[in-house]
Amino acid sequence: MSNLLLFPIIIPLIFATVLMIFPKNLKMQRWIAVIGAASTFVAGLFLLAKVQSDGVQAVTLGSWPAPFGISMVSDMLSVLLVLSSSLITLFVVVYSYSTIGIKREQSYYYPAVLFLMTGVNGAFTTGDIFNLFVFVEVLLMASYALIVHGGEKPQLRESIKYLLVNIISSALFVAAVAFLYSVTGTLNMADLAVKIPEIEATGILTVIAVMFLVVFGFKAAIFPLYFWLPGSYHAPPVPILALFGALLTKVGVYAIMRTYTLFFTMNIGFTHELLAIIAILTILAGCVGALAYFDVKKIIIYNIIIAVGVILFGVSQMNEAGIEGSIFYLIHDMLIKAALFFLVGIVAVLFGTTNLRKMGGLIKTYPVLGWSYLVAAFGLAGIPPLSGFPGKLLIVQGGFEGPQFWGSIVILATSLIVLLSVVRIFIYAFWGEPVETVPLKKSSYYQMFTPTVVLVAITVFFGVGAELFMPFISGAGEVLLNPSIYIDAVLKE
Amino acid sequence: MRTNDVMLQTATKVVTFIILLFAVHIFFAGHYTPGGGFVGGLLTTSAIVLLMLAFDMNTVRKILPINYVVMTAVGLLLAVGTAAASIVFDVPFFTHAYDYFDLPLLGETSLHSAMLFDAGVYLVVVGVTMTIIQTIGEDE
Repeated sequence: MSNLLLFPIIIPLIFATVLMIFPKNLKMQRWIAVIGAASTFVAGLFLLAKVQSDGVQAVTLGSWPAPFGISMVSDMLSVLLVLSSSLITLFVVVYSYSTIGIKREQSYYYPAVLFLMTGVNGAFTTGDIFNLFVFVEVLLMASYALIVHGGEKPQLRESIKYLLVNIISSALFVAAVAFLYSVTGTLNMADLAVKIPEIEATGILTVIAVMFLVVFGFKAAIFPLYFWLPGSYHAPPVPILALFGALLTKVGVYAIMRTYTLFFTMNIGFTHELLAIIAILTILAGCVGALAYFDVKKIIIYNIIIAVGVILFGVSQMNEAGIEGSIFYLIHDMLIKAALFFLVGIVAVLFGTTNLRKMGGLIKTYPVLGWSYLVAAFGLAGIPPLSGFPGKLLIVQGGFEGPQFWGSIVILATSLIVLLSVVRIFIYAFWGEPVETVPLKKSSYYQMFTPTVVLVAITVFFGVGAELFMPFISGAGEVLLNPSIYIDAVLKE
Repeated sequence: MRTNDVMLQTATKVVTFIILLFAVHIFFAGHYTPGGGFVGGLLTTSAIVLLMLAFDMNTVRKILPINYVVMTAVGLLLAVGTAAASIVFDVPFFTHAYDYFDLPLLGETSLHSAMLFDAGVYLVVVGVTMTIIQTIGEDE
């Protein structure tokens, strides 16, 4: 079955299209959306088994030979990311039932979520640089619809900023692809990886590599280009925020990972050192934001930026420990960010505000919620048995083995700030004098809390059972470190 | 007060059909000459927009009682379905098939499954542009 790797893209697309036909039928919308997300996840599992047993999967659309058609490539890294994004979308759909509101649900909310999933899975799977652009646009269009969905005043204001920044960065993306095409004459990533080492003029290629860093840096929110993210992500409701926080920036991170390990390796001394410096600055900038705010959503949003810096620092080291660490941390971060946004969303619903100063004493009335928040917070900071630990450990190790050992020290030091920023939410919201909470029906509380606690349990399992997942992670790292495996899989004939 | 636009309405009644025929021609000619689903769809929309300008939106809705969002969805399904049909035959996604058929009146004609994909594109283009125009037009 050569088309298996396309199923995680086609299934949500077809389900989203079907959902467009009857927007008002609430029950059908919910059921079909959850079935679509779940079957995408199952297809991802089959694909994982296939990649694990037979190596990198590649198919070139339309039966054309490899560099001429659009290649879709599924190596271990992209399968793992497709799986985690499908899992998160599934949880977001379930979490939306009781939080998003019937009016939003009846105006094409679930189709937009599934279209976003199509774009994200496609961006993770594609093996063609222009097709990557198209899938990034698919997910951005869906995210424009979601960020403005409901049409509240802050959403309208922030969606204009979000649109503007993304349109400019997309235009820059097209320009960068045009430059790359005029230098190399190909768009297929595997073919690019063959052609680029043969070109002697590395100057222009280094410029293009930096252009791509700027383009994907806009999407991934790296240091000087993250300015749009805190405001834009603060506007939409929590399920949409969880979806954005867990998936969208990670597509940019994945694109940097892919391009900087597969073909922009001609001038590592410059490009990767630049990446390392920017990554460290991103962490520092995120830390300042995470400490500065007394708003639960803002604190977690700035933690997205910190995590992007940590992952990219691991990538920039280009050694086994660094790359494997970033892959582990990337997957951990997708899961934990979704879990944290879910938890913070419940807290915000209970108090009717996102301001930390107006909260307090929740541990007496909702103990399980409190303890699962603490577990998730410790997981984010990287406390040993939990999921943040193995990834960060490997990244720090990679930094000490590589040229930028000072970066590892910064990462270790900032972990304390991350811990402080999330534990502050725990101290303010769960300890202290009880503040009156908004009365909430037991059933709708459990509808929100069940997906959240399952997701937290998954992150704990991901950390405690890290040994189980390491073969997959090192399989993914192997392909990134040896581009020849990727090239051979695509250009086999 | 509404001006008397009998000239516009009479001209529209003729011109609309010419535009529609041209749209169909462009759509079918796309494989060998410039044209295709996208331009064909835009031309069809322009014919409907001309109707809307000459008469008004409610009249046009009576003439063409179409839910354009559903039309977009059907177009998408048609396009994805054409591409996904290749999965049944276990060849890479998007592999098209074609053959020559002896059709009555038209003689020997080549039929290509890319045509169905283009029909999907056509429906999506008409659906999306008409949804945009209707939504903005009805906005008070």
